[in-house]
Amino acid sequence: MKDPVDVLIIGAGASGAAVAWSLAETKMHILCLEQGGWMNPAEYPSTGRDWEAKFYGEWSSSPNIRGRPEDYPINDDNSPIKVVNYNAVGGSTVMYTAHWPRLHPSDFKVKTLDGVADDWPIDYDALTPFFEENDRIMGTSGLSGDPLSPLTHPPMPQQPLGLSGAIIGKAMNKLGWHWWPSDTTVATMDYEGRARCINLGHCTPACAQGAKSSTDITYWPHAIRAGVELRTHCRVREITTAENGMATGVVYYDKDGVEQFQPAHVVIIACNGVGTPRLLLNSASNRFPNGLANSSGLVGKNLMFHPYAQIYGYVKEPTDSNRAPPTCLWSKEWYDTDLSRGFVRGYGVQFVRGAGPVFEAVVSEQKGVLPWGADHHRVFRKLNGHRLGFSAICEDLPEEHNQVTLDPELKDSHGIPAPKIDYTISENSRKMMEHALARGREVLDTAGASDICVNSPIPWGGWHLLGTARMGADPERSVVNEWGRSHDVKNLFIVDGSIFVTSGGVNPTSTIQALALYIADQMKQRLANLFD
Amino acid sequence: MPDPLSLTPRQRDDLRTIAAMIVPASDEYKMPGADDPAIQADMLGTLGRDAKLVAAALDHLARLAGQPFAELDAAKRDAVAREFRSSGGAAAATLVRVVLQCYYRDDRVLRSLGLELRAPFPMGYVLEDGDWSLLDPVKARVGTLRRGA
Repeated sequence: MKDPVDVLIIGAGASGAAVAWSLAETKMHILCLEQGGWMNPAEYPSTGRDWEAKFYGEWSSSPNIRGRPEDYPINDDNSPIKVVNYNAVGGSTVMYTAHWPRLHPSDFKVKTLDGVADDWPIDYDALTPFFEENDRIMGTSGLSGDPLSPLTHPPMPQQPLGLSGAIIGKAMNKLGWHWWPSDTTVATMDYEGRARCINLGHCTPACAQGAKSSTDITYWPHAIRAGVELRTHCRVREITTAENGMATGVVYYDKDGVEQFQPAHVVIIACNGVGTPRLLLNSASNRFPNGLANSSGLVGKNLMFHPYAQIYGYVKEPTDSNRAPPTCLWSKEWYDTDLSRGFVRGYGVQFVRGAGPVFEAVVSEQKGVLPWGADHHRVFRKLNGHRLGFSAICEDLPEEHNQVTLDPELKDSHGIPAPKIDYTISENSRKMMEHALARGREVLDTAGASDICVNSPIPWGGWHLLGTARMGADPERSVVNEWGRSHDVKNLFIVDGSIFVTSGGVNPTSTIQALALYIADQMKQRLANLFD
Repeated sequence: MPDPLSLTPRQRDDLRTIAAMIVPASDEYKMPGADDPAIQADMLGTLGRDAKLVAAALDHLARLAGQPFAELDAAKRDAVAREFRSSGGAAAATLVRVVLQCYYRDDRVLRSLGLELRAPFPMGYVLEDGDWSLLDPVKARVGTLRRGA
């Protein structure tokens, strides 16, 4: 039998890396089990001429399409939004847009402000120092002083405006609407061993230059140097418990597929809003027949995705196409509640610079914009290198019927039951999406765009996996307490996006990591009585 | 024994025929068609995980045609191709995507479009910093960040 570790972290992605790094200073024996492996930047898509074709196969954002041995299948047939993720050291920070907004202070008080959902048990100010620390370690670029966003202090200057940014900025100014260069985790100068961005193209599926921050090249080298052990290609099947209701460790399959038991004094789950409820539900036992940490019945409930309402068109001037990071600007013009719009809460906007030639051809043909036959060449020249996009990230409110359960039949390569998603877009979200599309059309019209196309929702847009093990002070209405500890299992913690109470209207990774650092700090402050 | 993932001669003929209908050669733009031998060889050589769906799409095409698609006259081919695209589902979409992704990485095509014949890494691209005075009106705006307190 293996010796017990002090702390066992499951998952080496955005939150697992942050919590491992923070706890390393305690000098406890910390072990992280990760189902994926280390990435090799030499194999990233942008190193090859066929870089765009790879997005449709081995580098698809969908684990169901990608089908790598490190992935697990997800039954998302009953959802208009499909789950996307990545399984490796670095997790989905390997495959993300690096867009880096924070939740706003108002997002933590939606019940108080707008009478919907629930307030968080913590507020923005509690996270402020951890946002700052995380921005320093992940390495952010941006321009401080956005009048409609929380104050940030990016250590690097913002990305260039580029051709696309200038067109968008002029249109937004004509309309009198807010826009600002996005905070991103793309290095715009050499930073902490990372080389500056050289505009390799669409960097969502990993950055060969290492300019885009992912935790395999930021947190993990520091954490490992500080003594944290990271075991790759180890897939956890279940968390085990003792008669006293405490977690005793985990059962996992090692890189050779051999079942192992790893005892631990503390277990931290960092598997995202789908992987975490899956693991808790798969850890059902006689003591916890409805799944571990699930006395509230809320494990897997309240799944929030952020439905994306995307509209794009084509301008006469050239845009940046694929020759730049995909996102460059955001708008918070419609972020806060204005009931005259017909819905509660709001959405952030991220503007998109363009697309590469293969993506342009494939998508435009599917949309019926790019014809077959003799006129194909003329139309393609009009489209290629002229695209501008407007994507609204609509705040999803928690609804219990949107949920992650275990599929009765589908299993991963180790025979572990796979997650099943049941999700519908609410009426409030639909109204928000319609509002966003109308505003996006105004922006595109003002920019002189034609051939307008819509994706609403973006079908493969389930990047943000939130709310399925929510935090709260009331054990009957939440899964973890205000510092991430399970109400039911006193040595079990959750640090990923599943603990979000509400989703806000922005990309959540910055807030997920700030929360993970906050929880690690709370644990460090309570080490003497962590289980009381 | 034939490779189960390779296409039959009839399927190859039909693939070449429909590829030329999607992207025909153009004298005006000095572009090859997607039935060009080098582009066809790229498609057949890199089908990989798409092979099953492409083969299914070609079988569907042949069923709609009632005979080898390549042997239809031009008018019938057009009608069958329209029906194929509207009724072919994921398989037809995959076939079209395979045609386009191989076409738009061909050297002659990229050169004609004014695109460089190289991978993005390691040279990257230059991005203009732009005129940041465009942001002045936004900076002048009074901030009203909503708070819960």
